[in-house]
Amino acid sequence: MQSPAPSDAPIIEIKDVTKIYGSDVRAVDNVSLTVDRGEFFALLGPSGCGKTTLLRMLAGFETPTDGTVTIDGDNMADVQANKRPVNMVFQSYAVFPHMTVAQNVGYGLKIDGVARKEISARVEEALELVKLGGLGARMPDELSGGQRQRVALARALIKRPSVLLLDEPLSALDAKLREAMQLELVRLQKTVGITFVIVTHDQAEALSMADRIAVMEAGVVRQVASPAELYEHPTSRFVGDFIGQINLFNGNASPAGEGKVNVSAAPLSDQVLDGNVTGSVCLAVRPEKVSVSRDKPADNNLLSIQGTVADIAYYGGYSNLYVEVGAATPILAEITNAERGVGSGYAQGDTVWVSWRSEDTLLFAE
Amino acid sequence: MSSLSKMFGRKDRAEIGPLEYHRRIWLRVTVALTLIFLYMPILTLMAFSFNDSKRNIVWRGFTFKYYEKAINNSELIEAFLNSLTIAFVSTIASVILGALTAYVLWRFRFPFRAVYEGTMALPVVIPEICMGVALMVFFLRTGFNTGGWVWPFNLSAITIAHIAFSFPFAAIVIRARLESFNTELSESAKDLGASEFQVFKDIIVPHMKPGLIAGALLAFTLSLDDFVITFFTSGPGTLTFPVKIYSMVRFSVTPEVNAASTVLIVITVIITALALRLQNRNNMMQAG
Repeated sequence: MQSPAPSDAPIIEIKDVTKIYGSDVRAVDNVSLTVDRGEFFALLGPSGCGKTTLLRMLAGFETPTDGTVTIDGDNMADVQANKRPVNMVFQSYAVFPHMTVAQNVGYGLKIDGVARKEISARVEEALELVKLGGLGARMPDELSGGQRQRVALARALIKRPSVLLLDEPLSALDAKLREAMQLELVRLQKTVGITFVIVTHDQAEALSMADRIAVMEAGVVRQVASPAELYEHPTSRFVGDFIGQINLFNGNASPAGEGKVNVSAAPLSDQVLDGNVTGSVCLAVRPEKVSVSRDKPADNNLLSIQGTVADIAYYGGYSNLYVEVGAATPILAEITNAERGVGSGYAQGDTVWVSWRSEDTLLFAE
Repeated sequence: MSSLSKMFGRKDRAEIGPLEYHRRIWLRVTVALTLIFLYMPILTLMAFSFNDSKRNIVWRGFTFKYYEKAINNSELIEAFLNSLTIAFVSTIASVILGALTAYVLWRFRFPFRAVYEGTMALPVVIPEICMGVALMVFFLRTGFNTGGWVWPFNLSAITIAHIAFSFPFAAIVIRARLESFNTELSESAKDLGASEFQVFKDIIVPHMKPGLIAGALLAFTLSLDDFVITFFTSGPGTLTFPVKIYSMVRFSVTPEVNAASTVLIVITVIITALALRLQNRNNMMQAG
C-alpha cells in the first residue's frame, strides 16, 4: 500500500486505457477518465460500446492491454479482483442459489475472517439498509427479482468498498420497479456515501441517477458531463442523438466573424448562429424546444418554417407532432397537453408553423 | 351434459383429447410391453429365489432356505464383500478424478484440450473386452501382482481397473452439469474476496453436487456389476460377486443364485432411490 491519497483526489483514475481482444478488436480505445470521491458516475452507451469491458477492468476481471487504472491512489495493474477495494453488482445479480440471503450477504465478511457475531450484526444492518430486514433466512428462489437485486446490493455494500460497480443493474426489472429502484439507488448512494459507477444503455436511467455521465461509442468516450450539460450542450451529433430525441438538419456553415457562422441547411432559411464550426455541419434542436402555431410567429429571433402535420402521437401529458416540412424526416415537436379535453389542438393535415429560438439551436461538425 | 353426469357421479367418457396420450390404446400397449420386457425376467428371478426346488424349473412351494444357504456360503459372502469394497473405493476415486477432470476441461483453456477431452472419454466407447485384455496384459507386464497381498489390498488391481473405466462416466456427467454454471457467480465470489480455491469450494462444488451424485451412482453400479473387465483382472482368491455367480451358474442355476442376485438388485434399487432423492432435494433448492 502506498501513502493514502488526499481526499480531494479522484477515487478512480483511468489513464490511456486500451483493451484489444484477439488481434484487432479494440473494445476500449485509449480511454482516460476520472471519477470523483462520492460521485454517482454512469458509463452510458449502446451495446458493444465497451462500457462493460471498462467496468470489468475496474473490477479486475479484465486486464487492460495498455494504460493504467488507479483506484484510491493505488495502481491496480498487479492487484487481483479479490484484493481490490471495489465490489460489484452483476447484471444477473449472481446471488448464490445454495446459500440463504444472510449467508449470501455475509459471504464477503466470512472470507475476510470476520467474527461470526459481527457478521450477523452487519448482515442485519445491511439487510435493513436495502429494506430486506427479516428475510435473512430465505433462500434466493423464494425472492422476487427486485428482492434478489437488493441481496446483491447488500452483499456488495457490506464490505464497505471504496467504489461500488453496477453492471446494468435495472435492466431485468419491469418499468415500475425500475423507476422505484432508480430513486432507491440514489438514496442508497447518498446514505452510504460510497462512489457508485454504473453501466447502462438506458439514457433516461443515466440522466435521472448520475451526477456525471460518460457517453461511449465504439470503445471511445465521446463526452463526459453532467446530465443537464449532456442534454442541453452535446458536443457531437452522436451524443445529441443518443441522449433523448433530436431533430437534425444537414447543412453547410461559413465564417461570419466574431464567433458567428452563416448556416444554410435546407429547407430552413439561412441563419447566422453562434458557433465556430465551419464546412459540413449538422443543425439540431430538441423537440420540446420547438413550438407549433397556426400563424407565422412575429418574433424575428426565431427560426421558423411552414409545414403540414403528418402524424400525432398522444402520450397523455404531452403529444408528439410530426410536421412535414420537406426535410429528410419530419420535424418532431413535443407539445404539452395543458388543457383537458383539447389535446394538442391540432389534427393530421393541418398547415402549421414550427419555430424555435436560435439560442436553442445546436450546431455539430460533421 | 357433463354437469349432469357429474351430478350422478358418473365418469364422462368424452372423446379422447389431442394431448390425452395416456388414453390411447397404442401408448398403453407400448408401455405394457416395455414394462414386461424390462421387468418380467427380474421379477421371475426374484420369485424363484423363494422356490423350494433344487432344479428351479417348476414352482414347488415357498421357502427362505436358499437365502439361508447363500448367507452360509462363505465364498459367496466373501465375493460379495469384495464387490462392495471395490465399488466403494472406486466410486470415491472416480468421483474425485472425474470432478477434477471435468473442472479442468471446463475452467481452463490449453493446447490440445479437445484432444484431451476425447481421449479421456474413450473408455466409454472402447469395448469392455478390449479394456479387460489390455488391463490384464498391463498388470502382467508391469508385474503388478496383487493376488497374494492381504485383504483388502489384494483387490488393488481390480479397483484400479474399475476406476479406469468408470471415472470417464463421472467426468462426463459432471462436465455436463458445469455447462449450466453462470460464471457471474464465481466472479461475484472472487469480487467478494474469495481465492480461486475458495470459489471452487464454496460456489462451484455446490453447483456440481447433482452431477457428483449422478456420477457416483453411475460409478457404483458400473463397478458393482462389472463382469468382463473384472474377469480378466482378478486373480485367484479375489472373486467378485458377478464372477462368483458366473462360476455357480456353470454348475447349475439353483435358487441360491437367485437369492444372491435378488439381494444385489435390492441393494442397487435402494442406493439409486437414495441418490435420486438427494439429487431431487438439491434440484429443488437450486430451482428458480
